[in-house]
Amino acid sequence: MTIVVGYVPTPEGEAALTQAIAEARKTNTTLLVINSSKGDALVDNRYAQEPEIQSIEDRLATQGIDHVIKQPVRGHDAAAEVLDAAEEHNAELIVIGLRRRTPVGKLIMGSTSQRILLEADCPVLAVKAS
Amino acid sequence: MDVFSSLMDGFATALTPMNLLYAVIGVILGSAVGVLPGLGPAMTIALLLPVTYVLEPTSAFIMFAGIYYGGMYGGSTTSILLNTPGESSSVVTAIEGNRMAKAGRAAQALATAAIGSFVAGTIGTALLAVFAPIVVEFAVSLGSPSYFAIMVLALLAVTAVLGSSRLRGFASLGLGLAIGLVGMDSVTGQRRLTFGQPLLADGLDIVVVAVAIFAVGEALWVAAHMRRTPLYVIPVGRPWMGKQDWKRSWKPWLRGTAFGFPFGALPAGGAEIPTFLSYVTEKRLSKHPEEFGKGAIEGVAGPEAANNAAAAGTMTPLLALGLPTNATAAVMLAAFVQFGIQPGPLLFANEGPLVWALIASLFIGNFLLLLINLPLAPMWAKILQLPRPYLYAGILFFATLGAYSVNLQAFDLLLLLVLGALGFMMRRFGLPVLPLILGVILGPRIEGQLRKSLQLSAGDPAGLLSEPIAVVIYIILAIILMWPLLFKLYRRNRPAPLLSANATRGNEPTDVARGTVSHGSHRADGKSKGDAGDDGDGGDGNG
Repeated sequence: MTIVVGYVPTPEGEAALTQAIAEARKTNTTLLVINSSKGDALVDNRYAQEPEIQSIEDRLATQGIDHVIKQPVRGHDAAAEVLDAAEEHNAELIVIGLRRRTPVGKLIMGSTSQRILLEADCPVLAVKAS
Repeated sequence: MDVFSSLMDGFATALTPMNLLYAVIGVILGSAVGVLPGLGPAMTIALLLPVTYVLEPTSAFIMFAGIYYGGMYGGSTTSILLNTPGESSSVVTAIEGNRMAKAGRAAQALATAAIGSFVAGTIGTALLAVFAPIVVEFAVSLGSPSYFAIMVLALLAVTAVLGSSRLRGFASLGLGLAIGLVGMDSVTGQRRLTFGQPLLADGLDIVVVAVAIFAVGEALWVAAHMRRTPLYVIPVGRPWMGKQDWKRSWKPWLRGTAFGFPFGALPAGGAEIPTFLSYVTEKRLSKHPEEFGKGAIEGVAGPEAANNAAAAGTMTPLLALGLPTNATAAVMLAAFVQFGIQPGPLLFANEGPLVWALIASLFIGNFLLLLINLPLAPMWAKILQLPRPYLYAGILFFATLGAYSVNLQAFDLLLLLVLGALGFMMRRFGLPVLPLILGVILGPRIEGQLRKSLQLSAGDPAGLLSEPIAVVIYIILAIILMWPLLFKLYRRNRPAPLLSANATRGNEPTDVARGTVSHGSHRADGKSKGDAGDDGDGGDGNG
C-alpha cells in the first residue's frame, strides 16, 4: 500500500507534501511523490527542477520514509498522472493541495483537483496552503 | 549633406502615427519570435507577406524592419535566461550570459545585452546610412558579369562558410536552386521542371516556399519532438547595471560593433562569425580573464553588440545591391519583388523615400526595442510557457492562409505540404535552411545576370570575365573554396604544435556555435528523453 501525493512547487503543493509526510509516518507506508508536466511548453513552472527534487529527497530520507519520486513527462495532464499512479500502486490515499479558484476560472481552466476528487478510487485528502 | 536631409525626410515618413504603430507591432512581434527558439524573423516576415499586400509598401517594410531587429533582441533573452539560443546569432551570448544569470546577475546580463544592442544597432544603422549610398555609386558602374560574380560569391560563401558541414550546405543550396528553376524560362519560354503541370509554369511562389520551409517544416519537426522535459527559466527582475558594469561594457559594445558591421555587410556575412570573433577578442583583452567561463559581462556585451551591428550591416548589400546574405534579408528581398519594387543599385534612386523611411525606422525600432526590452524582459520570458500545440496551430493556420491567399489556388496548399515535408526532412538530416532559401530567391536573379552576360558576349563564356571586378571576385571565391584544402596541406607539411593547438581551439567552439546555427534547440530536443512515443493520447478527457 502506498500514499500518492501530487506535488507542485507552490505553497499548496508544499502543504500537500507536508501533510503526506505526516500521513506516511503515521501509517508507515511508502510515499509516492508525483510531479508531472505535459511537456508541451518549453518552460513549465509547475515542473520541479533538480535542486528542489534533491531537497525533497533529502527531507524524506532524513525522516526515514520509504519513498519514490516520479516526474513523468508523457503528455498527460497532472490529474491523469496522479490517478494513474494511484491505480498502479493500489494507493490507500491520495494527498493533493487545493487552491482557491473562482467559478469562472474553474469553468475556463478546468480543475486538476476536482478531477482527482471525482475520479479517484481511494480516499483523497485535500489540504490548503497555510 | 544629402544623406542627412534624405534621412530626415525618412524620419518624417516613419514617424507618422500609422507608421509608428507598424513599427511598434513589428518590434513586439519580432521580440516574441526571437524569444521562442525555432521561430525567427525570416519565418515571421514570410508569414506576414500575404497579409501585408494591402498595406503601403513603406508601412510593410517598417514593420519588417522592426521584426528583424526585434528578433535580434529577443534571442538574447532566451540565451541568457534559458541557455537555449532563440536565434543562431545569440549562440555565443549564451556562453557567458547564462553563467551570469546562474550566478544571480541575470539583470545585468539582460541590461548589457539590451543597451549594447541599442548602441550597436544605432551605430550600425548610421554606418548603413552613410555607406549604402557610397556602395550604390560604386555598384551602378558594374555590369552583368560583375553582378553575376558577386551573387555567386554570396551564395557559395554563405553555403561554405556557415553551417557545420559543407556537403550539407551545398545539398541544401542545390535543392534551392532546383526549386528556383521551376517554371518558364525567361529567355526562350521553355518550361522547366513543370512535369506537364500547367500550374507550375509560373514557377513556385516564394511565399509558398518560404512559409513551407520555415513554418510548416518547423511545425512538423516540433510535432515529432513534442514531449520534452520542461526547462527552467532563471527568475529575474528588472534589468539594470551598476557603475562597474557600465565601465566594463562600453568598450566591448564598440568593439563588437566594429566586428559586426563589416561582417554583416560582406556578401559572405551573417552574424555568427562576428559574434564569435567578438567573444574571442573580449576574452583576450579582458582585465578579468578569470571570469570568462563563469559569467563575464564582456562576453555578453561584445557578442550582443556584434550581432545587432551585423544585422544593420546586412541591410547594406540588401538595399545597395539587392543582395541578401541571411534568411531574413532574403525574405525581405522577396517582399520587395512582391510589392513590385525592383531591388538593386537603382533602389535608392527609384524608391528613395521608401528606403530612407526604412533606414529611419531602423533607428526608431532600435529605440523602441530598448524601451520595451529593458523593463519588460521578465515578461518576454513568460512567452516560453505557452503550450506549443496552440502556438504551432496558430502558425500553421497563418501559413495555410498565406499560401492560399497568394494565388487563391488549392494547388498551392499541396505545394505547401510537399515543401513542408521537405523542410522537415532537412531538419531531420541536419541540412541548413539558409542556402535553400537563398538559392530559391537568388537563383532566378543569378540566372538573369548570367543570361544577360552571355547574350552580351554572344554566348562566349569568356564574357563572364570581361570585367576586372568579376575576375577579382572569382579569385576570392577560389580561395574561399580551396581554403580548407590548403589549410590541411599546410598543417600536414608543418605540424607545428602551437599552430594546430590554436587551430583546434579555434575550431571547436565555432563548431558548437555553428552546429546550432539553424536548429540549435532541436539537438536538445533529440537528447531529452521526454518523447516516449505516446503522443497520440494527449490525455484530454477531463470534465
